[in-house]
Amino acid sequence: MSDVFDQFQGTDSYIASDELRHAVNVAVALARPLLVRGEPGTGKTLLAENLARSLGLPLIRWHVKSTTKARDGLYVYDTVARLHDSRFNSGDVRDIAKYIKLGPLGQALDADSRVVLLIDEIDKADIEFPNDLLLEIDAMRFWIDETGREVVAKQRPVVIITSNNEKELPDAFLRRCVFHYIQFPTRELMAEIVRVHHPDITDRVLDNALEMFFGLRATPKLRKKPSTSELIDWICALKKAGVDLSRVSGGIPFLGTLLKTEQDVELVGKRAKA
Amino acid sequence: MLIDFLFELRKKRLPVSTHEWMALMEAMALGLHESSLDGFYHLCRTICIKDIAHYDAYDEAFLAYFKDVHTDALSLTEQLRAWLADPRNLEGLTDEQRQALQDLDLEKLRELFEQRLKEQKERHDGGNRWIGTGGTSPFGNSGKNPTGMRVGGGGSRSAMAVADERRFKEYRRDVVLDVRQIDVALRGLRRLGREGAEEELDLDETVDKTCRNAGDIDIVFRPPRRNRVKVVLLMDVGGSMDPHSELMSRLFTAASRSGRFAKFRSYYFHNCIYNTIYEDAQFRKGLPVADLLSNSDRDEKLVIVGDALMHPAELLDPGGSMYLYAQNRASGIEWLRRLSAHFRSAAWLNPEPERFWSGTTIEVIASVFGMWPLTLDGLAQSVRYLVRGGERPKVGDPSKWMKAVAG
Repeated sequence: MSDVFDQFQGTDSYIASDELRHAVNVAVALARPLLVRGEPGTGKTLLAENLARSLGLPLIRWHVKSTTKARDGLYVYDTVARLHDSRFNSGDVRDIAKYIKLGPLGQALDADSRVVLLIDEIDKADIEFPNDLLLEIDAMRFWIDETGREVVAKQRPVVIITSNNEKELPDAFLRRCVFHYIQFPTRELMAEIVRVHHPDITDRVLDNALEMFFGLRATPKLRKKPSTSELIDWICALKKAGVDLSRVSGGIPFLGTLLKTEQDVELVGKRAKA
Repeated sequence: MLIDFLFELRKKRLPVSTHEWMALMEAMALGLHESSLDGFYHLCRTICIKDIAHYDAYDEAFLAYFKDVHTDALSLTEQLRAWLADPRNLEGLTDEQRQALQDLDLEKLRELFEQRLKEQKERHDGGNRWIGTGGTSPFGNSGKNPTGMRVGGGGSRSAMAVADERRFKEYRRDVVLDVRQIDVALRGLRRLGREGAEEELDLDETVDKTCRNAGDIDIVFRPPRRNRVKVVLLMDVGGSMDPHSELMSRLFTAASRSGRFAKFRSYYFHNCIYNTIYEDAQFRKGLPVADLLSNSDRDEKLVIVGDALMHPAELLDPGGSMYLYAQNRASGIEWLRRLSAHFRSAAWLNPEPERFWSGTTIEVIASVFGMWPLTLDGLAQSVRYLVRGGERPKVGDPSKWMKAVAG
């Protein structure tokens, strides 16, 4: 076994399944971006944070929004500031480099040491967005046209890309990635995850909570099933309020932390009565 | 030798490229598959399969290709040898059992094991024959047979078992449709253009104007790009559509999301479209189809969702509406033709599975409107058709059975 492999074992606050660990290590060893998909709230974004922590590397985040352009990730040339400076003589406008600001991807490539780069929710941007990044992600280098400087990665960053969507990332982009789908945790894994966040929880409380939680998830026709992060919040709320689940009758307390649409709350309420 | 597996995957229509295959080879050279079939199963899936909808087909291909591989046969026999060599294991056996143990030699045991493994299809606990746990068969885990082979156990499950479980069946593209997936499919339905309030900085124009202005900054704004597609959605509700109501509401949720289309209108009808459609699903507020035609552009996209299943008379005869008070002089099919003639692009989405289409009114309606099944693939294809045009899907010829009905 090469020493590049098996570096990521999860951390004390992040429990990764064997499959996920394997996928992460494959991506690190092959120096390819890891594309992570899965239901919202299964810890896709947290993965990058904890990977950075466990590898001891700095993390650079790039949160993609619907208006994000691929170029923004490389660098932004602040023309307006330069125009302003030239108008009011407030700086040396001949130095274009001063007006070039590297974006998250640019910073990751320009860094002196290896970094972890998180490209979060890549599907939020325009459909063409991933295609515009192909070359940079493949070659790990790009040109700043305005200054004629080429930024080349000294060490290929570890790239984690998350996406909520089922589809619609371009094939050419997918080809370059290593893929992992985070499945919803099983009951055993979930118990382990909850214990990490609430180390003082007793077996009985945990058992009751998981029973209710998985029962709720099994409710047919829910618009948005509660996820791991919601379960953890819910248990936090229960603990703060000092609710004893085994004595609760008629409905789930703090349902609002688990269900986020009124239709779902109504649906569950009706089923509880029936 | 593994190249055949690549073609097995391609045969299942999995889009695995040479690029990915080379990466897999590189990974195997690095030893990332941990020299085991299980490791290979995960490694290959991680590198080559990029969509959970393809996981099931991958499992199928994996099973088909590796079913004859003697899973870990070698390490099992070695384990067994070591086990047999340990005299402690023979303690507490009767003389009879010891005798039986001598009879059961290694080669025979292995043959028997593989044969049983092939016969056995499911998990097994207890009993004295199959491979499983807690039994007295010679094979399995935590069992009582003195000469038993311990199979797996303790660690993670084997890839074959995982693949055999086909856990990813429900993710297949052709069945599931949740709001998000519909959302994504509808994203293709767009034509971008700049319209509306000017709120985006137009850099080129700003630089240009500023230069012309002798260096005095002149900032220019422009409207952001927006989708200009307008959509009219007509939905069949009630009766035979009831089983599909959940799916319909998902489609509606995704389509009506604000800002998705420049203009979005939706109406309801029951069974077939006659002279009136309705603004509400309770059929209280009617809107004459003629009005719809006169106040909609021909460029708007018409999307009809319905099962298109009815008695032929309801579709083809004038006055075919099942409601007595609805006086329609033109037949249903005539109204459909008018709609189809007005809108340049229109699509009919049918929640009824395609295999039930033949010999029904679906075929008649599909000759007027391009018809796609309401699956993710069907939706994506219809969106492509609405935006770019092209061929409509071919549906059976209704003329044969229609004669029989008429006769």
